[in-house]
Amino acid sequence: MIEHEKGLRILIADDSDTDRLLLQAIIKSQGHTPILARDGLEAVVLFQIEAPDIILLDALMPNMDGFDAARHIKSNMGDNFIPIIFLTSLHDADSLAKCLEAGGDDFLSKPYQNIILGAKINAFRRMQSMHNTMQAQRDQIYANNQRLIREQEVAKLTFDKVAHEGALHANNIRYSLSPMAIFNGDVLLAAVHPNGDLCVLLGDFTGHGLAAAMGAMPLSQTFYSMIAKGFSIRFVAREINKKLKEILPVGVFCCSVMLQFNLYQNTVEVFNAAMPDIYLVDPKQGSFVSIASDHLALGILSDQQFNNSTEVYPMEVGSKLLTFSDGVIEAENTQGKMFGCQRVEQVIQESLEEKTAENLIERLKDAIDKFMDNKGLSDDISIASVRMCSIDEFSLRNQLLGIKPKTKPMQWRFSYELQGQTLRHADPTPVIQKLIQDAPLFSTQMTNIYTVVSELFVNALDHGILGLDSSLKQHENGFKQYYAERTRRLEALDSGLICFEVEYSSCQDRYSLKLTVTDSGKGFDTKDWEQSHERSLQLAHQKGLPLSGRGLSLVKKLSDSLVFSKNGSSIEVEFKT
Amino acid sequence: MTIHAKADADGTELSIFIAGRFDFSSHQEFCAAYESADPRPEQYIIDMTATTYLDSSALGMLLLLRDYAGGDHAKISIVNCNEDVRRILTISNFEQLFDIQ
Repeated sequence: MIEHEKGLRILIADDSDTDRLLLQAIIKSQGHTPILARDGLEAVVLFQIEAPDIILLDALMPNMDGFDAARHIKSNMGDNFIPIIFLTSLHDADSLAKCLEAGGDDFLSKPYQNIILGAKINAFRRMQSMHNTMQAQRDQIYANNQRLIREQEVAKLTFDKVAHEGALHANNIRYSLSPMAIFNGDVLLAAVHPNGDLCVLLGDFTGHGLAAAMGAMPLSQTFYSMIAKGFSIRFVAREINKKLKEILPVGVFCCSVMLQFNLYQNTVEVFNAAMPDIYLVDPKQGSFVSIASDHLALGILSDQQFNNSTEVYPMEVGSKLLTFSDGVIEAENTQGKMFGCQRVEQVIQESLEEKTAENLIERLKDAIDKFMDNKGLSDDISIASVRMCSIDEFSLRNQLLGIKPKTKPMQWRFSYELQGQTLRHADPTPVIQKLIQDAPLFSTQMTNIYTVVSELFVNALDHGILGLDSSLKQHENGFKQYYAERTRRLEALDSGLICFEVEYSSCQDRYSLKLTVTDSGKGFDTKDWEQSHERSLQLAHQKGLPLSGRGLSLVKKLSDSLVFSKNGSSIEVEFKT
Repeated sequence: MTIHAKADADGTELSIFIAGRFDFSSHQEFCAAYESADPRPEQYIIDMTATTYLDSSALGMLLLLRDYAGGDHAKISIVNCNEDVRRILTISNFEQLFDIQ
């Protein structure tokens, strides 16, 4: 008995005036408010108007009996739980069962007993409050879920912009991807390399939902921007690994396959990091090979530990490469069996025999659906296939993608002049560095080139323009003296010229980067330098490096060739691949 | 309890036994199994005799343990894997990070 609770509104339907009055008195005495009806019809009407909390229904009444009234009331109750207790003088089991079948929740036999009625009302009040709590929680869950879906939809708009489809519409790419794949942690990207190669990435992040989707942003951005700049997938893989390692928490990583299709030479370069085997399917030969993962997933190892080695495979025109996320292998049927690699290979084998390799993805999905005995489940699995085609077909069919593969060798030349007072504070290295970044094949030698540029600039400025004598540096004290003199002369400097020329050329897979630095100085005895360079090389063998002459020696060591002209006031170095 | 841990007599080696599916639902249990060990063991043995399956979040949890146990200096062995478990560890190239027996 919970007395502090406020009374309930209780609808009493009984055709007997005495019984009604009696019940009314009991209900009132227990602190509830009675609402009175004389038959079933009145009960139904009052139920609508008064919205009672509990209903007491006599079974046998004129106009409409309690059974019909209960059916009407229950069907109009909606989600609410309003208990109906039948009042009956009937005692046989059939009649009592009939009360419950009509929608009654309990019954009370006449003559009424105060205590029993009170106890039943309280029991139903508890049930009702539990029902209301559950309903409120259900509504809350529903509302939360709706909000989550709306948030994901908004997030997806952003993700779709970053992880955009790129070149996925190319005519030789086919794929199956759930529209909400990004929230399963799956990403599929494709881009055309400046050299005409087709680059594809299939990634699978650990986990689900927003957490899994987060990493897709830096991954996609890095992929698209680096491919556009001309980096090959090996360097893209390294950069993505580095980024993901930096931002993702331990335990979250991205399994991924990166592919670079060379349409001129019909080869594919493969980087498989913890994804299931990739299949190279050759319909002409009727055979296939698998390529297993040989790397840890991206985002686990530090940059130093990371190994970005790739493998190159020949691929006949018309051959297909098939790659998918682990959902294919791990699709589980009701008996707890997994689809597994063998079934994948069986599907490939069958499609080769029936010469239907064109529909490989559909066949694979059908097989998975059949295996799981549930159509449509395979829609959540990410699968992609790429057919090797000739560069001519590719560029002809994919003009809409804005693909214009460069067939001519790339050649350019750039010169950069610094004059007079500008030389006092100039640092030409960032400008030159930026320039060389656009010559992707040399990006790996970036550090060397950077050092060479700095050394050549210092050499031109110190000796050519400022006329400092490096032999000063041979004495321990001379070092200090040298730099004091350098600062003094630099401050007084108001004429002179240093010119950088960068020339990039390529011819049949051979690339060359020439860097010429010319200064307006008098030059120096290059023969003497060559001799002393030779001598110091020998000396270096005996007792470490000498203190001076290190700049140009270093340049010579880091580059493929070094040539002096104009009496040493112009130095040309070359890098080759 | 699908995961339980047992330390050897002097507490230098902790064995963690995982039964059934090792997936995201085991996260708290797995972390509790190694975080509660006092003193901190020098070596960990993950016994997968009764592990039927593991998913990528389980791989993530193994990485968490590796990080906890000293990253590159961690001494963790994964033993008694069934074929499915072994395959997933192999695809993921986890032998580069763990001693898998």
